[in-house]
Amino acid sequence: MIRILGTRVSESLIVLLIMSFVIYGLIGLMPGDPIDEMIAANPLLTSEDVARLKALHGLDKPLMERYGNWLWAAVHGDFGFSRIHAKPAVDVLLPHLGNTLILMTAAVVLSLLIALPLGVYAAIKPNSALDYTINMFCFAGISVPPFWLALLAIILFAVLLGWLPAGGMETVGGAGTGWSSLADRLKHMILPVGVLTLHSVGGYTRFVRASMIQVLRQDFIRTARAKGVGPTRLLMGHALRNAILPFITVVALSFGSLFSGALITETMFSWLGVGKMIYDSVLGNDFNLALIGLLFATLMTLVGNIMADVAYAWADPRISTRRGLET
Amino acid sequence: MTAAITLSAGHGHESPGRRMWRRFLMHKLAVASAVFLALLALIALAAPLSEALLGLDANRVDLLGRLAPPSWAHPFGTDELGRDLFVRLSYGGQVSLAVALAAAVFSAVIGTLVGLAAGYFGGRLDAFLMRFTDGVISLPLLPLLIVLVAIDLSKISIPSAWLESQHIALYQIIIVIALFGWTTVARLVRAETLALKNREFVRAAVALGAGGPRIIFRHILPNAISPIIVATTLSIGNIILLESVLSFLGLGIQPPIASWGNMLTNAQELMWSAPALAVWPGLMIFLTVIAFNFLGDGLQDALDPRALS
Repeated sequence: MIRILGTRVSESLIVLLIMSFVIYGLIGLMPGDPIDEMIAANPLLTSEDVARLKALHGLDKPLMERYGNWLWAAVHGDFGFSRIHAKPAVDVLLPHLGNTLILMTAAVVLSLLIALPLGVYAAIKPNSALDYTINMFCFAGISVPPFWLALLAIILFAVLLGWLPAGGMETVGGAGTGWSSLADRLKHMILPVGVLTLHSVGGYTRFVRASMIQVLRQDFIRTARAKGVGPTRLLMGHALRNAILPFITVVALSFGSLFSGALITETMFSWLGVGKMIYDSVLGNDFNLALIGLLFATLMTLVGNIMADVAYAWADPRISTRRGLET
Repeated sequence: MTAAITLSAGHGHESPGRRMWRRFLMHKLAVASAVFLALLALIALAAPLSEALLGLDANRVDLLGRLAPPSWAHPFGTDELGRDLFVRLSYGGQVSLAVALAAAVFSAVIGTLVGLAAGYFGGRLDAFLMRFTDGVISLPLLPLLIVLVAIDLSKISIPSAWLESQHIALYQIIIVIALFGWTTVARLVRAETLALKNREFVRAAVALGAGGPRIIFRHILPNAISPIIVATTLSIGNIILLESVLSFLGLGIQPPIASWGNMLTNAQELMWSAPALAVWPGLMIFLTVIAFNFLGDGLQDALDPRALS
């Protein structure tokens, strides 16, 4: 277990290092550069000033050297300054990271609460009317564009009905204190969490169903049934326990797509998370912030992958690595 | 094709093609989806025709006729600039479908080549390619796509004639999506190649002196085509979703070229005054994506009997 963890962590660090170079190079290809931004802000700058500033910020150096300098600073905790927020990029990232984790955790928990019973019910009688209905729901959830769903939710619940706020983290100026503040925040969470949940629940449910059907076909289920194990115990105790193990891996592996979904919901509902931060920094030419945001997004999915591997190894000692299963 | 030997009672000597067709027809939703998609493609391709029939111009601004309700002149009404929604939806469909098909085919080609190489040659190449595939799969897709479609193409050495092309944004989005979209096909093809490589007919071909390329493209690839088709069909839906969200965010396909995604960009600002505008483009995306997913599901049942539950 420790060995697997060690290999996976070191592999992930290599991927992260490669990605940091790729992302650094890509950010350099975005329109404009930091000095252009300064020129646009200050018409008094002469071309000598520009050359001097470029030299000062090291922008006249070749890519590898600039990357090396950035990496050296980054390893020491210095990710540069955010242009939009006028703060160190790390200080901007951390609160956004917290908000994203709140959103994603709430959505995953809710998705699981929906996907597990639905998947199990669908698997009990494959091809029944109930299975068919659940399957339709899954296909709809997978196929609906999340930003459109968010748009419709805002129009329905915020514009037409006026029940829920259209976006933001809390009521500006009127959030109240203590419990009422918490209630206000929860109210702002309902739509983003709901949309993100619908975005992910279809895939989860289909996996639980497929996994349950496979387990229910196995011999030990027939044996248990022959021995007189009741239907509830059979499903929950015997079948679900076995079906849920690969499912944990799937959930951990879905972090990447969940983060993509979070980016959309955050942008739609002005939820101040990492996804919205990345989008705003790319549009606003805030290079340092975009860089750290993308790196953390990569890190999050890599952590999800490591968790998936560990869960797999823990769940099934016969398999030493995930890749071992595929060949 | 061992499955072809098994005779199903009541159907007598059935050719594999016929059996696939029968299986496909059993999947009612897939059949309905195929019909829907064919109609959609027809309407999208006929956009210039319907433009002429209605006597309209997709990009003509008519400020006096803004946000008009559906009528004979404008079957779906008009948008905030008085442009006809039906014609713009048709043109948007052209763009969304063309981009998705191109990106899906492009991804499938890359994935097939990677999978064939990894599966056939094995060893270090296989290990390297599969590690690389795992790495690509683990990346956060949407944030990277946002950066990749935002990059300034004039900063990389591309002939300037290309940059001036009106369709450069289309090519950019197709290439960018294909860069990430090939992984599923690569894994499937690799697995299939590994299985086929040791089958008797391949060994026989090797014994008869067939070279590597002939084995790969004449004997292995044709037998690995089913999973490629299924995975590619299923990927089209996802690609439409990705393209629409990028265009919606103002990063993919830019106005005046209409795409279903960028038609919704303005709908967000106008949702207080004209909520109806948000409905049609989104509904088109939704229906098209779900149709491709049903179609993929049906093709899976038809082409890959082992996956039948």
